[in-house]
Amino acid sequence: MLGLTLKEVSLAFREGKISPTELCRKCLNRIKKTQRLNAYITVTEEFAMKQARQSEARLLQGIPKGPLDGIPFAVKDNFCTANIRTTCASKMLKDYTPPYNATVVQKLLDQGAVLMGKTNMDEFAMGAGSTDGAFGPVRNPWSYSDSYRTQGGAASDSDWVITGGSSGGSAAAVASCTSYLALGSDTGGSTRNPGALCGVFALKPTYGLVSRHGLIPLVNSMDVPGIITRSVSDAAIALGVLQGIDVRDSTTVPAPSALAELPEDFDVKNICVGIPKEYHAPGLSEETLAQWSRVADLFEKAGARVEQVSLPHTQYSIVCYHVLCHTEVASNMARFDGLEYGHRSEMKSSTEVMYASTRHEGFNDVVRGRILSGNYFLLKQNYQHYFVKAQKVRRLIADDFRHVFGSGVDVLLTPTTLTDAACYHDFTQEDNRTRSAQEDVFTQPANIAGLPAVSVPIALSRRGLPIGLQLIGPALEDKKLLCVAQWVEQRVNFPSISDCDNTQESRKDPGVTRREQTSAI
Amino acid sequence: MAASSIAARELLHNIKLIPYYQKSSCLFSRRISTSKLQCSSQPPEKSAPQQLVGVVGLEIHAQISSNTKLFSGSSVQFLAPPNSSVSFFDASLPGTLPVLNRRCVEAAVMTGLALNCTINKKSVFDRKHYFYADLPAGYQITQQRRPVAVDGVLTYSFLGGRKRSQVMRKNVHIKQIQLEQDSGKSLHDDVNSQTLIDLNRAGVGLMELVMEPDMSCGEEAAAAVRELQLILQALGTCQGNMSEGQLRVDANVSVHRPGEPLGTRTEVKNINSIRYLARAIDFEVQRQTAVVRRGGAVLNETRAYDSKSGETVAMRDKEGLQDYRFMPEPNLPPLLVFEDEASLPAGVEAGEAVLLRTLRARLPELPSVRRDRLVQTYGLLPEHSFTLVNEDGLMEYFEAVMKGTSRDPRKVIGWVTNELLGLLKQQDLSVSHSPVLPAALAELLELQEAGCISSSAAKQVFQEMWRSPGKAALQIIQELDLGLVSDAADLHRICQKVVDSHPDKVRAVRSGNQKVLNKLMGLVQKETKGRADPVLVREILQEKTS
Repeated sequence: MLGLTLKEVSLAFREGKISPTELCRKCLNRIKKTQRLNAYITVTEEFAMKQARQSEARLLQGIPKGPLDGIPFAVKDNFCTANIRTTCASKMLKDYTPPYNATVVQKLLDQGAVLMGKTNMDEFAMGAGSTDGAFGPVRNPWSYSDSYRTQGGAASDSDWVITGGSSGGSAAAVASCTSYLALGSDTGGSTRNPGALCGVFALKPTYGLVSRHGLIPLVNSMDVPGIITRSVSDAAIALGVLQGIDVRDSTTVPAPSALAELPEDFDVKNICVGIPKEYHAPGLSEETLAQWSRVADLFEKAGARVEQVSLPHTQYSIVCYHVLCHTEVASNMARFDGLEYGHRSEMKSSTEVMYASTRHEGFNDVVRGRILSGNYFLLKQNYQHYFVKAQKVRRLIADDFRHVFGSGVDVLLTPTTLTDAACYHDFTQEDNRTRSAQEDVFTQPANIAGLPAVSVPIALSRRGLPIGLQLIGPALEDKKLLCVAQWVEQRVNFPSISDCDNTQESRKDPGVTRREQTSAI
Repeated sequence: MAASSIAARELLHNIKLIPYYQKSSCLFSRRISTSKLQCSSQPPEKSAPQQLVGVVGLEIHAQISSNTKLFSGSSVQFLAPPNSSVSFFDASLPGTLPVLNRRCVEAAVMTGLALNCTINKKSVFDRKHYFYADLPAGYQITQQRRPVAVDGVLTYSFLGGRKRSQVMRKNVHIKQIQLEQDSGKSLHDDVNSQTLIDLNRAGVGLMELVMEPDMSCGEEAAAAVRELQLILQALGTCQGNMSEGQLRVDANVSVHRPGEPLGTRTEVKNINSIRYLARAIDFEVQRQTAVVRRGGAVLNETRAYDSKSGETVAMRDKEGLQDYRFMPEPNLPPLLVFEDEASLPAGVEAGEAVLLRTLRARLPELPSVRRDRLVQTYGLLPEHSFTLVNEDGLMEYFEAVMKGTSRDPRKVIGWVTNELLGLLKQQDLSVSHSPVLPAALAELLELQEAGCISSSAAKQVFQEMWRSPGKAALQIIQELDLGLVSDAADLHRICQKVVDSHPDKVRAVRSGNQKVLNKLMGLVQKETKGRADPVLVREILQEKTS
């Protein structure tokens, strides 16, 4: 039951196969069993049970609110939740309890979805591994899968692999079957990256389609709430609920269409799939490249037009991203001064001393480093040279996409990450900045341009770990993008971690069941 | 807490509130006449080409009169209990976003239109960063790069000339009007060495107006600010009370010799009335003049005006150079203003958009137009129209009196600007607190017009009406027996008495000195306590002295 999709569970509720309270209890138990993943910072057990009971009452009365009623979901700990602490995985907000719900959280609660808890992440979403948070790193559930244990040659428990990030907790929650749906945030790939490494579906909607109100920002001009599910159609259901204008977020736009069901038999015959040549980046693993080719072939064989395209400014994207990211970080973090909320240092000899020590104690090195460089970029004598230049490059990158999509391409197919998940031990050899630059290389251009993008799990690597591919679409073509993604999903038959419903408590390691092994249609 | 890094602009937020009865709406043309400095608006003397003159520019923060704040739904109230009007956004809780208040935009646009500005059809918001306890986000949202209105001009006047009765008209350029957030207030408790923060004001909408350095002295700056105040009040975009901080004025002052480059300027803050503005500027011009004459150099610094000593004193300056690290506010789309409904793009509702045509139509009668109208309608002198408009409520008072009397407006104006205003000033009352209502004054003037009382008796009656509010003029005339003596027999008797007792004067008149006749008339009025009908008296006396 835990391994089902959201859609399947919703049906099971209606058919009386399981009740929301039973399911909620199962998920809570599973959270306890998978505690070592460190996916959750806060588990909202009582609140979840209360919601589940309310949902159950509605189901019994025959008036469920919709497909999300009773569905357990998890929320990245940078979305505000009323009366539930929201930490951003930072010491700065370790004990911070917001008085309001983020719009996206409120919308899910209004639909009767059951909040299981707040998920772990990199501090203030600054990272690509979910290794740099105040609550410790998140472990990839696939670290304990049969496939990795047998094929990956994992010798000891210390060989566990990272989830990717920064929404690693949310991806781990969905992959380890403790929630059917999780909210992440995606600024440079923070939802798609862990989605790919954890073998789950991840959607970064068009910028402005989903409200950011209540999302503690990383980069306001790029942040988008992300959706992590076990299937494309689940993500479509969630997006249908979450999208649309929010008066509290002036950057939101009206949803172009109501999004309910995706057509099961979407035809790719008339679409054009672009393969950007610049995405053959150094460091791209052979296996990922092979999967990329395989899926391109799938499209071609199904009658789609597959074309090589060029996004010439891609190489400048990551530098541009870092300048813009750091400047906004410097600005957005200014409010954490220990006065109104959050950590306050004991050193109070003057306001300035308190500010300085509060911020020194509250933020980790990564955050402090970005604040420092961001403020440097914004100095009067540097503004033109860094910020303005980066904005111009941003425009060029967005124009690249516009040209490609304007030339008849419907969707771009690229890798999501360079490789499958790295071992924690290997990953932490490099510093955060270097890692972010490497890990975000395929994902952040979509944020720079505000485009919708998804990561679809494709296959397992030789190490027995998930490989994902990315699809990028034109702005506000989220539905079409999801249709194409579903088409891919239907053909690659990605295996799921299978022990979700395993009643053998003694068995710790999830196994992998291949539903149907195919390499091509 | 130490205030060592107080950015100077923040100090203006710590203006001590002065008791509200100190009216900022003084008639500066009178009050600042004590100013020692001669304004260079007088033609410069050719003999002193090396004379230093002041150069004054102003930065004005006008609190927008609106129900809610610039970017949040919390209400705007003066003197509300501390932190009682603070939304999540105002307290900069993480995850909150600004939502622009259209009323504030309309106020800024209307103000821009009234000041002959070019309205930018597209303007943008920026973040200005600095750490201060009453700025919870660590930045202020303002319009640094492209403000909502630019390039305007304010025409102002003041009474100058030898007798201070000549209306001097001047222009000052408005560089820009930008929308921005107000900060909260810090209260430093030195005894317990703590700072208390009140965020009620945090996020209230401000219009920052930058006036170019086109002024040369306190009097001009005061007149410009008074004119601006009147315009804002007429528009209803700002209540304009300086003592309540609704209008905050900082002055940039420098001195130079005409024709030479501008001198180093200082910024004078902590000015909370128009009177103090004039004094602060004049003090600063004199101080800088003295520094330059000594061969010294004026420092580029921020100075605070001390109203007790009448001096400006150097404030502890910003530690080093403050770099505000401006960047575009990413959470607000560009602010768009449209000409009219026809120019709206698809998908934008007319009810949601800011339309110039609609706002132009809503512009009320502005002070300059009022003055012209008063001159044309009533045949008043320009200086009278000036006084009527510049004194809060005086024009309305005057027009209300005019409704109730058929007297010549030029006579009525004397009553209003001399008798009424004199008493109001004497007792430091505003027009709205006048014990004599316009209708009562009109009644008095009617009685005078009808010949029931003499003008000197009317003044006595007015004094009495002032002392006993509500008592009708007629009643006072009867009680004090001030009615005009127009009974011919009575007057003949009194005139005869005067003529008989002053034979020398009668002789003088008879020998052709007609001026002495007036003296005789005065003696008659003295006898009648001013009640005698002067026309009749003159006739009788002429008859008796001929």
